[in-house]
Amino acid sequence: MDFSKPLFDAEQGLNLLVVGVGGQGVLLASNVLGEVGLILELDVKKSEVHGMSQRGGSVNSHVRWGKEVFSPLIGKGEVDVLVSLERLETLRYLDLLHPGSVIIADPFALYPVTVTSGKASYPDEKLARAVVKQVIPRNFWIPATELAEGLGNVRAANVVLLGALSVLLNAPASVWHLALERRVPTRFLSLNMRAFQLGQQQMNSALQEAKRSVVS
Amino acid sequence: MDTLIPSEHAIRAADETDIAPSSYGEHPVIALLSGNEAIAHGAWSGGVVFASGYPGTPSTEILETFARLPGIYAEWAPNEKVALDAAIGAAYAGRRALATMKHVGLNVAADAYFYASMTGLEAGLVIVVADDPGMHSSQNEQDTRNYAKFARVPCLDPADSQEAHDMTAFALQLSEQFDTPVLVRSTTRVSHGFGRVQLRQRVEVPPRVRRFPRNPTKYVMVPANARKRHPIVEERTERVREYAEKMPLNRMEIRDSELGIITTGIAYQYVREVFPQASVLKLGMSWPLPHDLIADFAHRVKRLIVVEELDPFIEEHVRMLGIRVEGKSIFPKIGELNPHLVREAAIRAGLLPETARPQTVSVPPLPELPARPPVLCPGCPHRGVLWAIKKLHVPVNGDIGCYTLGVVPPLSTIHTTGCMGAGIGVAHGAAKAGSPEKHVAIIGDSTFFHTGIPALINVVYNKSPVIVVIMDNRATAMTGDQPNPGTGQTLMGEETQAVDIEALVRAIGVKHVTTVDAHDERTIEQVLKSYKKLNEPTVLIARHPCALLPEERRNYVPLRVDADKCDGCGVCLQIGCPALVRSEAIHIPSQRHKVEIDPLLCTGCEVCAQVCPSNAILFRAQLDEASYLRG
Repeated sequence: MDFSKPLFDAEQGLNLLVVGVGGQGVLLASNVLGEVGLILELDVKKSEVHGMSQRGGSVNSHVRWGKEVFSPLIGKGEVDVLVSLERLETLRYLDLLHPGSVIIADPFALYPVTVTSGKASYPDEKLARAVVKQVIPRNFWIPATELAEGLGNVRAANVVLLGALSVLLNAPASVWHLALERRVPTRFLSLNMRAFQLGQQQMNSALQEAKRSVVS
Repeated sequence: MDTLIPSEHAIRAADETDIAPSSYGEHPVIALLSGNEAIAHGAWSGGVVFASGYPGTPSTEILETFARLPGIYAEWAPNEKVALDAAIGAAYAGRRALATMKHVGLNVAADAYFYASMTGLEAGLVIVVADDPGMHSSQNEQDTRNYAKFARVPCLDPADSQEAHDMTAFALQLSEQFDTPVLVRSTTRVSHGFGRVQLRQRVEVPPRVRRFPRNPTKYVMVPANARKRHPIVEERTERVREYAEKMPLNRMEIRDSELGIITTGIAYQYVREVFPQASVLKLGMSWPLPHDLIADFAHRVKRLIVVEELDPFIEEHVRMLGIRVEGKSIFPKIGELNPHLVREAAIRAGLLPETARPQTVSVPPLPELPARPPVLCPGCPHRGVLWAIKKLHVPVNGDIGCYTLGVVPPLSTIHTTGCMGAGIGVAHGAAKAGSPEKHVAIIGDSTFFHTGIPALINVVYNKSPVIVVIMDNRATAMTGDQPNPGTGQTLMGEETQAVDIEALVRAIGVKHVTTVDAHDERTIEQVLKSYKKLNEPTVLIARHPCALLPEERRNYVPLRVDADKCDGCGVCLQIGCPALVRSEAIHIPSQRHKVEIDPLLCTGCEVCAQVCPSNAILFRAQLDEASYLRG
């Protein structure tokens, strides 16, 4: 892998899928991504579902940037980046990816009631990592929830992942900051700016790590 | 006369609705809006002054957005019929009006919808109906285009947020030009899809009549007048059809002549994605259909197909014109379309080569991934009530609301749910027909106001001994905690008279009525037990605000399990609270895992503490000071 330049040229268009569990901030993250596309003067479409499915359920949001975007939904095999806030949800959407996709995922686990009531078992972290590695070579595990907890609010985990994602794109940091300002409530802005920086640092060290392992 | 409001006005409006307008480029007001937000701004720019609706996914955000724009009036009505009657009244009075609802809401409003088509109006009336293909949050996936044809009402079908905005504004002109209500039919992926929208300045439309019309031949639908109106409606339809032949919203995009695709709404986007080379007839108005335009398009292409979500509405019409066409023999008529489905169906039908498929990954076989069904939130006031009802072991006739989630294990309390307001009527009919068990009907506060009241009147009037449980969580919760007639708050944030449910129930004539706190497990069980023995109508009002309301959130205090007392019996897990989980610790004598509470999820509602047979879950008052302060 060549990490000397950004993995993606935002101008060429990008399909991003953000997934997680209701309450984790999937929709805020995708709103920020939509805003980034808008600031880059790209065409943007975004799709999500509200209502019943949000009550502790699996939540996903599709974000598409491009010169001209038609469908708000990303087709199977057309997701370029999967941003996942939860381990089980990462596995759930793997079949939408293509071999060149990138995964940025939090290993954090939220047990659904089917698991807590003993009706189903939850995939363990080792298995999840092994499967992801086998399917998508360009995978980055970022302990976003843990890092956000360190900042004093687990709800900033979504923005930690956005910070990590930003390192892979050629959009300047100012674009991301403006997008965050527009979409994050003012009283949480400084917290989220710190979360964003933490995500950037995490991704930078993950890339260093990857470079080293390629060399050795 | 059109008055233009300075564009700063629109910018401020956008700010107020939490929609960040972009400040770059030549156009100051481009925003990333959902279809619902765009519809609201479109109605606003088109000069709507009055809007009424009832919340329902995927339509809710239209009115919520509209209500925050300047210079308008907007309200939540108790149900869709009341909302539409009110919007019709505004349009009769010469003021541009908007009514919003989900697809099944139009069933409730259908009576009003049909007479409005007969009478026409003095000013533009747009009825926005949001369909839910795939049933993300609905009991069926009925296709509203059928209602357009049924009542002879023109139907616009936007394909993205910009069109949703523009078509809503245009619908008002169309309504006035042809003296008809106009439907704007959205679908989940339009309503909850986001796209760039160029906002427009508002057109101030002064009232189109000086005083309310005295025109009984037009507005009093007694048979003699209705017979005069019907031919006018049929003739109007033909004029709209002629207009549809030339209107810019119906357009041909001629590319390759091998394949021609007729499409409408969101399906247009999937068509452009999957068949970039095909010629397309995009119908912005899905009824009435332009016969000549369709025939012209058919002649220009070798193979003609229709790609449309849900019913073969256009396809059947095209076939009726004697034109050879394919549609539902290729694409599904059940559920939502998406680019993947459309592409796979096209490959199977030989419309696209196998190589049209994007490269995918092969995921190794995984152990089955656990489902994540929607559940009642931690602290939900419905949980304990459902648990108490379950213990009666009787048939439970449910309704539409968060409490419908009581159907899923482990609560598994609800045995029927059909539509808004159905539960009480179903329980009554079953009881009167001789169903040998006691019937319980459960209904939410908002649903009770919506269509529950006439059913309860029937219970009293015709004397059925059913137990009606009104789950009063002080909000219309499932759609996002909207205010309703019981909350004392209007959509526009004004204080208002709150309907007193208990007084209303008593006024209807129910003699046995009790209001209890929905978290008071013991009292609820006692009341239900005593009601079970009575051979008269009874009503239990279980009241506690939705745990997601801001004032409730401020009161969260996570509870704790006394691990020394917990024997891992698992009774608490039967109430299905996401905050309760098995811990690593084991109760030695029984070898069972003990239970612990996730402090991040627990709100401290104490329902689990009340059901624990070992008193192992500490009540708020039992928590030591330190952990109390932590909350």
